[in-house]
Amino acid sequence: MNIPSNLLYTKEHEWAAVAGDVVTIGITDYAQGELGDIVFVELPQVGDSVVKGDSFGTIEAVKAVSDLYAPVSGEVTEVNDDLADTPEIINQSPYDEGWMLKIKLSDPSQKDDMLSADGYKKLIAEG
Amino acid sequence: MEMTEPKKTALYDIHKALGAKLVTFAGYWMPVQYQGIIAEHRRVRSTVGIFDVSHMGEFALRGPDVERFLNKITINNVAQLEVGQVQYSAMCYPEGGIVDDLLLYRFEDHYVMVVNASNLEKDRNWIIEHVPEQGVDLDDISDDITLLAVQGPKALEMLQPITDPDIAELPYYRFVEGDVAGTPAVISRTGYTGELGCEIYAAKSHSRELWNDLIEAGEKFDIQPIGLGARDTLRLEMKFCLYGNDIDQTTNPLEAGLGWITKLKKGDFIGRDAIQAAKNRGLKRKLVGFEVLEKAVPRHGYFLYKDGIKVGEVTSGTHSPSLNRGIGLAYINKNHWDVGTEMELNVRGRRYPARVVETPFYKSK
Repeated sequence: MNIPSNLLYTKEHEWAAVAGDVVTIGITDYAQGELGDIVFVELPQVGDSVVKGDSFGTIEAVKAVSDLYAPVSGEVTEVNDDLADTPEIINQSPYDEGWMLKIKLSDPSQKDDMLSADGYKKLIAEG
Repeated sequence: MEMTEPKKTALYDIHKALGAKLVTFAGYWMPVQYQGIIAEHRRVRSTVGIFDVSHMGEFALRGPDVERFLNKITINNVAQLEVGQVQYSAMCYPEGGIVDDLLLYRFEDHYVMVVNASNLEKDRNWIIEHVPEQGVDLDDISDDITLLAVQGPKALEMLQPITDPDIAELPYYRFVEGDVAGTPAVISRTGYTGELGCEIYAAKSHSRELWNDLIEAGEKFDIQPIGLGARDTLRLEMKFCLYGNDIDQTTNPLEAGLGWITKLKKGDFIGRDAIQAAKNRGLKRKLVGFEVLEKAVPRHGYFLYKDGIKVGEVTSGTHSPSLNRGIGLAYINKNHWDVGTEMELNVRGRRYPARVVETPFYKSK
């Protein structure tokens, strides 16, 4: 399982890449594996606000539907439009082509609440 | 709920080595997927796949009164079942609800009833409760049998060279006793996918060699192991009922679309009076197929609305890999169940346009 060391993680299996006050988010390799074949995602639009810990969208796999939870609060500045037609890229490339949103942080201190790669690894190992 | 360790089929280690995702289902560790549901689904629709469904239950029934008893406890007409033939049937409660759906095999001197794993104990108790004191012997042989399904347009072509006797001319819902690559087996022209294929019953002690021989014979058709996930999407595209989703104690066979196996004129059977009464009153709801016209996936328990009024409840739903859209089965109220009726599916508070469609959803080529 792939858990890149340069990213931050949440207990809800999202990852976040922080660059200044912009955070790119997606779901982890573990999460896509557990979900199985993803058939579409429902995401907010550019300009929408997301709130840390709240559901910002849903992800439908063949088997089941899951909520997506925002790792940080802020305004959506970019949405990965490729996911509308090819949601399977989340399965194939969860950390790269399968990114979901870019969020402009409203409270930069929130990034400290996320887990390191090691912390996330431990979380998964504990089940 | 009893907290017992899940059981393993004889092929558990093989599934594990193949990298299957294993889940507990009906008290067994079962492979839910290997490569992914969509890829496995397409494999079965395009060439051939192999399923370990050894969790299914099998009861052998014999004795001088066995035919009479089976005709009493099942809803199809056992008197019409010939030696070497398989019958799709069900057991019902006196109130008309369904105990389980099942396959009944007629051998020379006995019958075998194949039941859902999740209902095994309930079914066994139900039979024991109704079996006469003399004249019928029940033997639960579930733990002795490995059941492998080989399904897909290339399934018969693949099985033909390793199967004795010849199965090329074996009709649908017939079976033969013979061998598969040297393993003694019951070879049945049945399945749960809508494709050509067989279900193969063999002694548990032969499981691994049978699996390996089938994989080897299927290599040139790119055979792949298929998990329960794709088994569900495949059966749903055919509108084959799944007990616990589409049928249960609260549904009668007529509203479930199983009138074709409900032989009300065959003589008395458990549930007949209630089912006949329901028929006389006229059905209030019916299990039909629907598709979603926008991107949404129906799930068990979602509701369907027409002009703001609830008209149906989804019993099974998925994203159809063949049709690439959301499909489902739902009990729809009278006046709304005709093919073409437009309605709305409520998905977590949002409404999506949906439409009642002909089933099966998928027509095999």
